[in-house]
Amino acid sequence: MAPAKLDVALASVSLLFVYAAMAIYTISFLIFVFHIARATSEKKSIRDASGGLQKAGFVLLGLGAILHGTGVVTRGVSAGRVPWANMYEFSISGSFLIVLIFLTALAVKEIRVIAAFVNAFALLVLGVATTSFYVQIKTLMPALQSYWLVIHVTVAVLSTAFFNIAAGLAIAYLLRESEWVTNGKNSAAALFRRVLKVFPDSEKLERLSYRFNVVGFILWSFTLIAGAIWAERAWHRYWGWDTKEVWTFIIWTIYAGYLHANATRGWSGKRSAWLALVGFAAILFNFTIVNLYFKGLHVYSGLN
Amino acid sequence: MSGSSMSRPSDHVDSEEVTSPDIGFRGWLRWFWRQLTSMRTALLLLLLLAAAAIPGSIYPQRSADPNGVALFFKNQAELAQWLDRLQFFDVYSSAWFSAIYLLLFLSLIGCVVPRSMVHAKAMVSPPAPAPKTFTRLRAKAKFEGSEGTLDLAFDTLKASGYRVVRDATTVSAERGYLRETGNLGFHISLIGLLIAAGVGGGLSFSGQRVLIEGETFVNNLGSYDSFSPGTFFDRSSLTPFSLKLNRFEADFDLQEVNIGTPTDFRATVSSKLSVDGESKTSVIRVNEPLGLPGANVFLTGNGYAPVLTFRDADGNVSFSGPVVYLPQDANYTSLGVIKLPDASPKQFGVLSFYYPTVAKLPTGAYTSGFPGNVNPVITMSIYVGDLGLDNGVPTNVFSLSVHGLEQVAGGTKHPKVELTKEGETVELPAGLGSVTWDATKRFASLDVDYNPAQLWILVFAMLALASLITSLLIPRRRVWVRKVAGGFEVGALAKGDDARLERVVEELKSKLSIKVPKKKAK
Repeated sequence: MAPAKLDVALASVSLLFVYAAMAIYTISFLIFVFHIARATSEKKSIRDASGGLQKAGFVLLGLGAILHGTGVVTRGVSAGRVPWANMYEFSISGSFLIVLIFLTALAVKEIRVIAAFVNAFALLVLGVATTSFYVQIKTLMPALQSYWLVIHVTVAVLSTAFFNIAAGLAIAYLLRESEWVTNGKNSAAALFRRVLKVFPDSEKLERLSYRFNVVGFILWSFTLIAGAIWAERAWHRYWGWDTKEVWTFIIWTIYAGYLHANATRGWSGKRSAWLALVGFAAILFNFTIVNLYFKGLHVYSGLN
Repeated sequence: MSGSSMSRPSDHVDSEEVTSPDIGFRGWLRWFWRQLTSMRTALLLLLLLAAAAIPGSIYPQRSADPNGVALFFKNQAELAQWLDRLQFFDVYSSAWFSAIYLLLFLSLIGCVVPRSMVHAKAMVSPPAPAPKTFTRLRAKAKFEGSEGTLDLAFDTLKASGYRVVRDATTVSAERGYLRETGNLGFHISLIGLLIAAGVGGGLSFSGQRVLIEGETFVNNLGSYDSFSPGTFFDRSSLTPFSLKLNRFEADFDLQEVNIGTPTDFRATVSSKLSVDGESKTSVIRVNEPLGLPGANVFLTGNGYAPVLTFRDADGNVSFSGPVVYLPQDANYTSLGVIKLPDASPKQFGVLSFYYPTVAKLPTGAYTSGFPGNVNPVITMSIYVGDLGLDNGVPTNVFSLSVHGLEQVAGGTKHPKVELTKEGETVELPAGLGSVTWDATKRFASLDVDYNPAQLWILVFAMLALASLITSLLIPRRRVWVRKVAGGFEVGALAKGDDARLERVVEELKSKLSIKVPKKKAK
């Protein structure tokens, strides 16, 4: 197979688009935060006028997503393959999908309030990606030359996006339910109380978080199975407790626990919301610490 | 909210405190079984299983990384012994990890069996009767309706896939039985998966063999460099095929930003299924194993195998043939070991490096600058003395113990023997004769694996996924329409999460609000 022609100039253009997207995301994030401040104002006139701010935030988030998407696509074109063969590329593609799914899911009105959270998360991922994970484009090593790279990784990223949105909703839920916020006497608790007023009620937050986690869990199960099928082709066994396989399993088990918790007396509500956050923490751990510091077969960070 | 999609049925006894003081042995047994099959236990076991899997990602595992374990023992001997006693180097086959998942599966079976019976009964029973009042239902509505409303409700619900029954005042409907079917199917598939994985692991084998271009390998135990069978593997079940490596090719990228990155490895092989069978040529790549009856052949590694001939001072050949040099870095700086127990006047061993594209480090030492064969050089350090091969103790062909040997080439005192092109012959020091670099071949490391239960594992995994989707996404819903004073009321109840419950009631209300006459009895 002839190696793909690498276009270094286009890769630089791609990086510029990613930087531009980060700039726009920064502005939209500030607007979302400002919007929450206005929407929770004590003056009704300010509250009523705050809707425009949120709209402006979404327009900018959408613009940022277009630049971001262009950065992802040009990165792929410059390397002549899918843009998720190392940690940098996985980060930019993954955060793009998170934003894209969030924008699509805006049809569900109640999740609009976590825009600041999702926006901040995508921005943070891009920040770490460009400063710590950046590598020059490379061709695919033989082990990655498989259509499973497209299927397995896309679904893993999609799943992460759903878990991410669910985690944002779980945090909002926990804040709403927390003793400290509901009964706190200090000014910070009062501020939280005020901010949380714009959020949907606890039950709605919990139910939405559950639904996003359900979709995330189905996709994660698929990721696991697709990974096993690919591992059988590439590493001659479908399961070998490689560090990445171990963590995929741990995450799957935590979320399975979460689903059971939702149906167990005394475990639904706060405890299961905490489980969802533990699960998402495990995903972040899996992507960062395990990729960089644990020894295993999934050594595709591209970093030395 | 109860997102009880994975929940056990509402009538399932879940963590009821059994406080009777005198329940006897059978009572305790029943109590224990109830605890084990309770949802809370399943949840705790799941979380315990997740936690128990963590050490296996921190400490090297014998199954995945035996060298890492050996290294750990060397570096931290005392800690290693303690960890080993606790089975931390074999986490996934350890007593404690196995105990957790076996208890989990026992709990699962104890839950799924009674639940299947409950579900089977529900599948043939009519929908549940309406509650006395709808006040406690999350989704409900009242409307005026007309004489034919109940007929219309019956037809509408039936057309939407509900199971419907009616009496004079009430229509009762239920849908989404597949949710529970999926839930049970998922858990049963997991049991199937565990059994298939266990049986497959017992019957499978994995063998490794290094094959140099031109060499043929016959599938029997003796031809493997290493072989790990499952517990129940029967050696006579190896199918008698032969495999010849005709050619191995590797492509490395030459573009500046990407120089030396491998882009393709190809092993061209001829396989024969019997001694006088037809020979078939195929190409094995990293993601494209060769499927043979009862075996899959995978390409797992490769490197250079220079063909060398050693002659003594009188011109007698003491060694001739290709030597496997194992790559030490990404640019294929490779290490080869040659032992010449039959050399005269005395036996000697050679530690040799192969540099496919030789380059010099700032220290003056050689290294390889590119993995392809552009400007190859071979260097040799030579050690004279007893190689320890004559006392019958097996030794590793890829390593040479230089202890007690006298170094006559290489090191600080002597220059290394150096060959700079194919066909070259160089004199060896200390009257050991000469060495000739005849040609350069390549080798491929092949892995031959077979797991007869693999298809079953895939089938159960797919079944599990399909039933998981069914159990999480299909809503189980009960709907009732009832005639009350002043009109009708409609109410709905979801078992588990149901995003559309309120909307369904609204839609039904608007559909049923039109005036229709009563159907005539046929």
